[in-house]
Amino acid sequence: MQSLASYTPAFLKELYRKMVLIRRFEERAAELRSLGYIPGFLHPYIGQEAVAVGACAALGPHDYITSTHRGHGHILARGGDPRYMYAELFARRDGYNRAKGGSLHIANIELGIIGANGIVGGGIPIAVGAGLALKQARQIAVHHPDDPRARRADGVAVTFFGDGASNQGAFHESLNLAALWRLPVIFICENNLYGEFTPQHKHQTIRDIATRASSYAVPGLIADGNDVLDVYRVVSKAAEEARKGRGPTLVECKTYRHRGHYEGDMGQYRPAEEVAFWLEADPIKNYRRLLLAGAICTEEELQALDEAVEQELEEAVAFAKASPHPAPEEALEDVFVESYGGRALL
Amino acid sequence: MTATSRAEKERRLTYAQAIREALAEEMERDPSLLLLGEDIGEPGGVFGVTQGLLQRFGEERVLDTPISEEAVIGAALGAALLGVPTVAEIMFSDFATLAMDQIVNQAAKFRYMTGGRTSAPLVIRMVTGTAGATAAQHSQSLEAWFTATPGLKVVTASTPADAKGLLKSAIRDPDPVLFFEHKLLYNSRGAVPADDYCIPLGEGRVAREGSDVTLVAYLYMLPRALKAAEMLAREGISVEVWDPRTLVPFDRDGLRRSLEKTGRLVIAQEAPRRNGFCAEIAAIAAEEFFPLLKAPIKRVCGTNTPMPYAPELEQFVIPDEERIAAGVREVLYNAVRAAPGG
Repeated sequence: MQSLASYTPAFLKELYRKMVLIRRFEERAAELRSLGYIPGFLHPYIGQEAVAVGACAALGPHDYITSTHRGHGHILARGGDPRYMYAELFARRDGYNRAKGGSLHIANIELGIIGANGIVGGGIPIAVGAGLALKQARQIAVHHPDDPRARRADGVAVTFFGDGASNQGAFHESLNLAALWRLPVIFICENNLYGEFTPQHKHQTIRDIATRASSYAVPGLIADGNDVLDVYRVVSKAAEEARKGRGPTLVECKTYRHRGHYEGDMGQYRPAEEVAFWLEADPIKNYRRLLLAGAICTEEELQALDEAVEQELEEAVAFAKASPHPAPEEALEDVFVESYGGRALL
Repeated sequence: MTATSRAEKERRLTYAQAIREALAEEMERDPSLLLLGEDIGEPGGVFGVTQGLLQRFGEERVLDTPISEEAVIGAALGAALLGVPTVAEIMFSDFATLAMDQIVNQAAKFRYMTGGRTSAPLVIRMVTGTAGATAAQHSQSLEAWFTATPGLKVVTASTPADAKGLLKSAIRDPDPVLFFEHKLLYNSRGAVPADDYCIPLGEGRVAREGSDVTLVAYLYMLPRALKAAEMLAREGISVEVWDPRTLVPFDRDGLRRSLEKTGRLVIAQEAPRRNGFCAEIAAIAAEEFFPLLKAPIKRVCGTNTPMPYAPELEQFVIPDEERIAAGVREVLYNAVRAAPGG
C-alpha cells in the first residue's frame, strides 16, 4: 500500500466509487441473469476491480483500450454508462451495440473502448493497430493540425488480457510488433491464476508473466493487482514512457477472480484455502480500510458513495427494463455500411 | 470525358502495375492510408507489386512487417477502426489461415457486433491461385471460405483495368474487403485508363458478348474462358463470357441479364468443386432464374484434391480451356460429362 499524501481526496474517492460501481454492477448482473433478464454469457469481474480502475485512472481522453470476455470492469472504469451496458446485456435496443453484441462485444470508440472481445487474446493485435494509428497521429499533428485525428497525438492504447491469453500466438506476435515499431501500447496482463478452469501452473511454466517482456526487449513490470494505487502507479509509468515515444510495456497485475470463469461455473476446481486467502485480499475491502485509516473519508462518506452507486444502478436497471426489444428484421442491418436494401444478405 | 480522350489516356499496363498504380494513387489521395505486409517495402513484394512505394511514400506508410499474419491483420484492423485506412497484403492467400481469427471473428463482425457503430476501412490483398508448381500450401483458391463469412466483401479482379478500378473502390469502401489477385495474372497486359476511376463493387462485366451459353469465370479462369469461347466460335457456338468481378456483393441482375439472352449456364472455377463459389452461383440461377434456363447448369471446377506439385498433376486438377469448352458443349448438346474427378 502507498502513501496517500500525493493524491487528492477527490481522486482517491473516485477510485473507490468506481470499484464499488463495478462490484455492484456485476453482482446485480448475476442476479438479473438468474431472474431471466440476461439471455447470454456473463464473465464476472468481481475481485479484479483494482486492475481496471487503477489502469484507466492513468488514461486520458485520447487513449484507447481493448478488453476481454471479462470486460464489464474495463468498460465501466473507462466511462461506460451502466444504463447502456445493462440494456445491451438485456438484449434491448438501447444497448451500446443495439442488442447485436451482448456482454462479450460491448464497444464505444468515442469513449476509447475498442471493444470487449469473445476471443481470448483477440483484442491484443487490434490494440497494436490502435497504437499504429496513435503513432501516425503524431505525424498528422505536425503536418495537418486541423485533422481531428491530430488531437490524439499523445494517445496510448491499452490492451487488457489474462494469463490464459499470454499463451496465445496473438500475444507474442503483437508484443514483438509493438516493440519493433516502438508503438504506444501498454499490455496489461491480469493474472488471476486461472485460464478458464485451468490453474496457471498447469498452463505455463512461469510464475511471472512479466518476464515474457524480456524476449522482446521491452520493460516487464509487476503490480499488485489488488491494490488500485499500485496498479495506477505502474500503469502511469508505462503510459509516460509510451507517450514519450519509448514504446510498449508489459504490466502484469497479480489478482484473483472471486467467482467461477462465468456465471454458472461454481469454480469448484479451486482449493478452499486459496479462495479464502484471496477473499481476504479483497481490493475494495482493503482500500476502504486504507481510506478510513488515512482519514481521507469517514464511514458516513463511504456509505454515501455506496448508496449513490446503488441509486445509479437502480436507475440503470430500470432504464434497461424499459428499453424496447429489437424488431426481428433488424438482424439484417449493420452487416455493411451500405445496406444493399437487405436483399444481398438474405 | 469523351471516348477518344479517354482512349488516348489508356496505356497497356500489366496487372501488377495496375495494382501498384491504384495503391499509389490512393496513397496520394489520402495521406493517412497505410500499407502493411511481409517484404512489401524494400524488396517491393515477393511478386514485385509494391516496388517503389517505400521509396516514394516512406517507411512510416509502407510498413514491412515480421512474419506474423495474425498481428499484422489485427494491427491493420485496429488502425482502420480508428479511422486510418489500411491495405494489408497476405503474400500467399494460404497464409490467411494464420490470421483467421482477425479476419473472420474480428474484422468481418466488428461493425455488426457493435450495432453499426464502427467501421473498418480495411483491404486485405489476397495473393491467390497457383503460380505453377507452387503445390498445396502456396496455390489455394480460398475465396469461398470468405464469401461464407458475412461482413466481408470479396473482390476478384481479373484484368489490369478492373484491378485498378476495383482496388480503388475497395480502398475507399468503409468496410473490410478481401481483394483476391491471381499470381498468374500479374504479368498479363491490358489497356488501363490513366485517370482516377473506380469500378463499383457489385457490378459484373460482359467480357465477351454471345447468345448461346453464359460462361461465368473470374481470376485465372477468365482468360481461359475467353480462349474456350474463341475455340467454340469456330464451331459455331456463341458464348457470352461474364465476369462477376465481385463475389460479395454479387451482381444478380447482371447474371440475369445474360441468362435472359442465353438460357444456358456454365461456371468455371479454379478452386475445388465442393462448396466452391460456383455452387453459390448455380444455386442463385436455379432458385431465382429457373424459368430462364433451357438446360441443366454445368460447373467446371478444380478437383476435390489439394494442389499437387508436378505440372502434369496440376494441369489435371485445374480446368483448362479444353475442359471449359467441353463443359459448354455438354450443356448445349447434352454430351458426355466433361470434368474428370470431382
